Amino acid sequence: MSMRSVLRDSVPTPVPTPAVTAAGGGSRRPAIGIDVEDLDIYYGDVQAVRGVTLAIPAQSVTAVIGPSGCGKSTFLRSLNRMHEVAPGARVDGTVRVDGRDLYAAGVDPVLVRREIGMVFQRPNPFPTMSIRDNVLAGVRLNGGRLKKDAAEAVVERSLRGANLWDEVKDRLNRPGAGLSGGQQQRLCIARAIAVEPQVLLMDEPCSALDPISTSAIEDLIGQLKSEYTIVIVTHNMQQAARVSDETAFFNLAGVGEPGQLVESGATTKIFSNPDNPSTEAYITGRFG
Amino acid sequence: MSTRNRSGDTLAPPPAPQRDEAALALRGWHQPRLPRGAGWYAAALAVVVASALQAGLGLPLLPSLLTGWAVLGIGLPSLSRAVEGRRKAVDRLVSIMVSSAFVLAMVPLVSILWTVVKNGLPVLSSEFFTYSMRNVVGEGGGIYHAVWGTVLITAAAAVMSVPLGLLTAIFLVEYGGDGRLAKVVRFLVDVMTGIPSIVAGLFAYALFVVFFGPGVRMGIAGAVALTVLMTPVVVRSSEEMLQLVPHELREAAYALGVPRWRTIVKVVLPTSMAGLVTGVTLAVARVIGETAPLLITVGITDSSNFTLFDGRMATLPVFTYSSIMSPGVPPEPSIARAWGAALVLMLIVMVLNLVARLVTYFFSPKGKR
Repeated sequence: MSMRSVLRDSVPTPVPTPAVTAAGGGSRRPAIGIDVEDLDIYYGDVQAVRGVTLAIPAQSVTAVIGPSGCGKSTFLRSLNRMHEVAPGARVDGTVRVDGRDLYAAGVDPVLVRREIGMVFQRPNPFPTMSIRDNVLAGVRLNGGRLKKDAAEAVVERSLRGANLWDEVKDRLNRPGAGLSGGQQQRLCIARAIAVEPQVLLMDEPCSALDPISTSAIEDLIGQLKSEYTIVIVTHNMQQAARVSDETAFFNLAGVGEPGQLVESGATTKIFSNPDNPSTEAYITGRFG
Repeated sequence: MSTRNRSGDTLAPPPAPQRDEAALALRGWHQPRLPRGAGWYAAALAVVVASALQAGLGLPLLPSLLTGWAVLGIGLPSLSRAVEGRRKAVDRLVSIMVSSAFVLAMVPLVSILWTVVKNGLPVLSSEFFTYSMRNVVGEGGGIYHAVWGTVLITAAAAVMSVPLGLLTAIFLVEYGGDGRLAKVVRFLVDVMTGIPSIVAGLFAYALFVVFFGPGVRMGIAGAVALTVLMTPVVVRSSEEMLQLVPHELREAAYALGVPRWRTIVKVVLPTSMAGLVTGVTLAVARVIGETAPLLITVGITDSSNFTLFDGRMATLPVFTYSSIMSPGVPPEPSIARAWGAALVLMLIVMVLNLVARLVTYFFSPKGKR
């Protein structure tokens, strides 16, 4: 990726990437981890998230759980500078991706987002585009020209990667909006991985889907983690326990207070023997 | 039911009530209704009453119609009150009011259409469409020059106002947000929407006088005047259409690392294309019939002039106006041509609306098909 050099210029001392856990064998390239240090996020005058320090390991699935309004999605969106889309949003603290400071002066958020993809809560395929064009959107919209067979290769590889190829290979020219909700969400995942990001952020990707589609997406997440670093926000505790290697629990510091990271660690530990009583209370369903 | 309260037979046990199965099934729910279509029968009756009053008794048209309407408006709700109860009666009364308002609103529309078609249709001929008025006195001649003038001037206005309006709308929706500049622009667009067309004409005339001296007449000046009128309409409709594009689609593009301007060009505009084209078409339909500004800036001529930058041009609205106001001797052929031009103008607007609908149909994002 040529844009990496653009980012690297702004970083004086590369921080070593966090230890790789659960690395799947046979990956094409090493995915990268994310180091978050003392991150504060504001919307205008309102502080939404306070003091998050978290290491997200490469080539693993990190689940972010917590009650509604505790800043999970905001935190996730700050990892590829998508929160800046909202007016008045700003950030204090550092986020290092592969040692490069995401918020250093001179970093172009557009280049960041090409490396750190995102899947949203509601499937949002482009309604004017066919299934094929949706997959190629990231490449085409960025001004890239692809030869026909190269484009076909990207489409097939991405759709296979999203477990959607067999379902849509005969109707690639049909509109993407004509698929079912679960298929649309997998199409969005295919679209995200078509630009070959290093990191995939997922903001409650299954909350609008039925259990069968959810299961399909969860299987997909399990396969994708051998090649990508995945961060997933979810309200579904079982889902977090099923798909993730690491779990981070967010909670509000109090009524009207910003959200904060309560506890993070290996999923098995968080779900069996959490350090913080409020984590245990949330996981066992006593609040939230 | 009626057998129970016969006086006298006190010793005999009351006969087992003959329960009607249907009534049993509707305990407490039963309510007699007027027959289906009662409203239509009543309306027909009202029409009969009105025509009887007018034809039979020789009353003027308006009192007869009012009497017929009163028969309907009082008679049907009263009958309904007696049979169906209060709620249904109110329902029928309000239905009559609403339908009457609709019919009343349709009367001028249908009347205009009918008058224009009746007076304009006989004039339409191949000569009417292929001849200008050059050297025509009395009968004959046509609107060839005026049709071309209208098409050229309106097209020039569209060429100027569509980019201007669309770019303004894109600024307002995508970049302005709630900033001060956006608020000022929005306010000015609102003010521009209310500009009387004659003022727009005077503005364009004054502008061209600065460059070409007093008495200037040229098509492009008329196009500028129409642009002043058309731009706010385009801004308003485009702004609404762009706002309808879901924010998720923009986010989806941003998350793929697509820059903002490319997101607008490749995602936002194609998604709202149908609405944008419809808005532009309706804006064109709105200004194509403007007379006052063209009267000032373009004037009228009898000859064909296909040059927007040189001298007077004929346009359909101004042609209609001048044919009526200064018909010459004898006046009849000129007045007939005025009706013909009005009909053609109306047909053009109708075709534009049709085109807008077709565009909406073919351009709108395709979902399940």
